[in-house]
Amino acid sequence: MSDLEQFRQETRSWLEENCPASMRTPSKGFDDLYNGGRNPEIDHPDQKIWCDRMAARGWTVPHWPKEYGGGGLDKDELKILRQEMAAITARSPLDSFGISMLGPALLQFGTEEQKLEHLPKIARGEIRWCQGYSEPNAGSDLASLATKAEDKGDHYLINGQKIWTSYADKADWIFCLVRTDNSGSKHEGISFVLFDMASPGVTTRPIKLISGSSPFCETFFDNVKAYKTNLIGEEGKGWAIAKYLLTHEREMISGFGAAPKKSVGQMALETMGSDASGRLANGVLRQTIAQYQLDTLVFGATMARVGDEAKAGQGLGAASSIFKYYGTELNKRRNELNLAALGEQALGWDGDEYRGGVISRDWLRSKGNSIEGGTSEVQLNIIAKRVLGLPDA
Amino acid sequence: MALVLNEEQAMLKEAAAGFLAEKASIKQLRELRDSGSEQGFSSDVWGEMAQMGWAGIAIAEEFGGLGYGYTGLGLVLEQAGRNLSASPLQSTVLVAATLIAELGSQEQKQKLLPAIAAGELLATLALQEGGHHAPLQTAASAVRDGDGFVINGGKLMVLDATSAATFIVIARSGGTAGDEQGLSAFLVDAGADGLKVEQRSLVDSRNVGALILDNVRVSSANLLGAEGQAWPGLSRTLDIANIGLAAELLGLSAEAFERTVAYLKERKQFGRVIGSFQGLQHRAAELFAELELGRSIVLQALHAVDDGQADLALMASAAKAKLCEVAQRASNEAIQMHGGIGMTDEYDIGFFIKRARVAQHTFGDYNYHLDRFAQLNGF
Ligand SMILES: Cc1cc2nc3c(=O)[nH]c(=O)nc-3n(C[C@H](O)[C@H](O)[C@H](O)COP(=O)(O)OP(=O)(O)OC[C@H]3O[C@@H](n4cnc5c(N)ncnc54)[C@H](O)[C@@H]3O)c2cc1C
Repeated sequence: MSDLEQFRQETRSWLEENCPASMRTPSKGFDDLYNGGRNPEIDHPDQKIWCDRMAARGWTVPHWPKEYGGGGLDKDELKILRQEMAAITARSPLDSFGISMLGPALLQFGTEEQKLEHLPKIARGEIRWCQGYSEPNAGSDLASLATKAEDKGDHYLINGQKIWTSYADKADWIFCLVRTDNSGSKHEGISFVLFDMASPGVTTRPIKLISGSSPFCETFFDNVKAYKTNLIGEEGKGWAIAKYLLTHEREMISGFGAAPKKSVGQMALETMGSDASGRLANGVLRQTIAQYQLDTLVFGATMARVGDEAKAGQGLGAASSIFKYYGTELNKRRNELNLAALGEQALGWDGDEYRGGVISRDWLRSKGNSIEGGTSEVQLNIIAKRVLGLPDA
Repeated sequence: MALVLNEEQAMLKEAAAGFLAEKASIKQLRELRDSGSEQGFSSDVWGEMAQMGWAGIAIAEEFGGLGYGYTGLGLVLEQAGRNLSASPLQSTVLVAATLIAELGSQEQKQKLLPAIAAGELLATLALQEGGHHAPLQTAASAVRDGDGFVINGGKLMVLDATSAATFIVIARSGGTAGDEQGLSAFLVDAGADGLKVEQRSLVDSRNVGALILDNVRVSSANLLGAEGQAWPGLSRTLDIANIGLAAELLGLSAEAFERTVAYLKERKQFGRVIGSFQGLQHRAAELFAELELGRSIVLQALHAVDDGQADLALMASAAKAKLCEVAQRASNEAIQMHGGIGMTDEYDIGFFIKRARVAQHTFGDYNYHLDRFAQLNGF
């Protein structure tokens, strides 16, 4: 038996023994994912058990090095683990901004001490992170951010306001962009710091979304201490780290563009029926769905191709911008098609007959996909400038 | 198979790009058109292409080909698309050789494929009858007569019709319009009695023609595959043909796009280059994303052919529909973003939209393939 085959067998039997039955059912949606943290939101007691078991093997972050709490798996082993988990429809044990955003940035830019301090806690789901980038006057123009950090020797004193900070009220720590210097261009003088959200002077105020939930907050800093041991990279050189992290955020968000388990075409057939030739009864909707499913297939092929090219050391410039733009627009199209195909069912907001309005709420939430992590227009600007080399206005 | 080019494929792509840019570019296409060439391509250049092995690129080595598979042929077609190179690559190499390999007996393959691979035989498919690709609606008839068949009917969109020595004519020996059963494929010599070959002039200035078959008599030995059983092999061939055309459309779209982006960086209005206007930047960026997506599906579909994947039909219609859409957008935007000069015959950009629409139409356009894609997905 080859090493990989052996790895597959072992993985399969370990998962079989350790994945609780309740964790082999699909999660109900965004809010049902397990995010860890000091006071984790637990919808089902098995969530923590499942996360802890996986973390003990390093499999909450299977591709990270072992010394930082990862599984140290190579690409082939990672693929096998994903396949075996998919085979039993095992849930992801832990989803967090620490894994998808901060982790990659720390691995790239952190000191050894910083990595050892923060990465294992992310891997074990002990600390939940939030992202302090946007401010009221710094959205798309993120580099114009003004939250001030004053040098106080071994620490900075932070004053200012962030906004749209997802899960700020639930997170334990924040990775935050602050201004340490005002004298140069707006891209200079930005620093990337980490601090505890329980620090004195931090307050959060939840903001309600059109989908009814309140996942994000206004976040205020009033003389908050951030220790210099938690400055990532050099002081004033945080912009490069911020951008690197954004490419990972965009990749994560573009995953929303993946094909749904049950195709929209099948769903529409069930609600609307077909004509004598087997075609969906409404030809206009049929064409829109076909175009959407075609683009979803082609998008999947592109994710696969760029993945293979990356392995072969070739790369598509600004790939994360293309994915972010296309994947989120696809997800918005899918949600609109859910409404079109399901009709009245999809418009329900509350009540058991509408499963609590999950379809309409997901639809409304999807509108944010092309805003968060940099808007679609900003992604198109990036492609135009960095890939096509078109000049500024 | 990983979705990247291996070393052999990367070298082939380089070689094709260099050769076609020098010997079969838009300049040569313009000369062929302006000199009223009936053949529509240069025999000398085709001879050189055959010498490099391209005529047998996807033909198995046992039949004198290179055995590079369709991924190799697709790479050459993509470069042919970039340069708008006219040659029998589509008619003979992509379509006829594939159909012969699919349906032919060992003896027929032994006789025909090495001749195609050597560049000595031009063969082409005669399928379409009406204004649209509708293979199952084939009405041309083949009636048994003694030891052979008598064929009657009319064919359109026959690629390289006036140059081909052999036609593969699809005719109905049984069943009725709409049936898969009853379709047969016949090898018909260009000089056969009762066969009339008419040159037609389409917007892309390529060699294309119509056939009139008036009691054309062929022997049973000319039957390609079993009587009435041509559909599975024909259908597979059409899938491969559409994937090859998608590769050509990819090259064509990419080139039209790159020329347009270059123009955006050069043309000035309102005191600055027009590429600095965000209205144009975003359209260009969206088109770039679409092109990257198109590139992925073409490569995946070519691999689906070479790997013998079961979902070939789905991949073929996906690739053709997507590339029809991309080519339409790229060729339209190319003209719009060039302004007035894009409308002139003297400027080359207009050649792209002309070839694009003919290649889009050939063996089924966007509407045909998106409809088929939906059907194959069960709705
Ligand atoms: C659900 C959700 C979660 C979020 N989570 C977080 C988080 O956790 N942490 C965080 O820091 N931020 C978060 N954000 C904030 C997000 O990053 C910003 O909303 C986003 O960058 C856009 O900024 P803005 O809202 O100020 O819009 P604006 O920048 O004011 O944009 C308004 C409109 O103008 C367009 N526009 C702006 N500039 C240009 C330009 N140069 N060219 C063309 N069009 C332009 C935009 O595309 C948009 O359509 C989240 C947002 C959402 C919706």
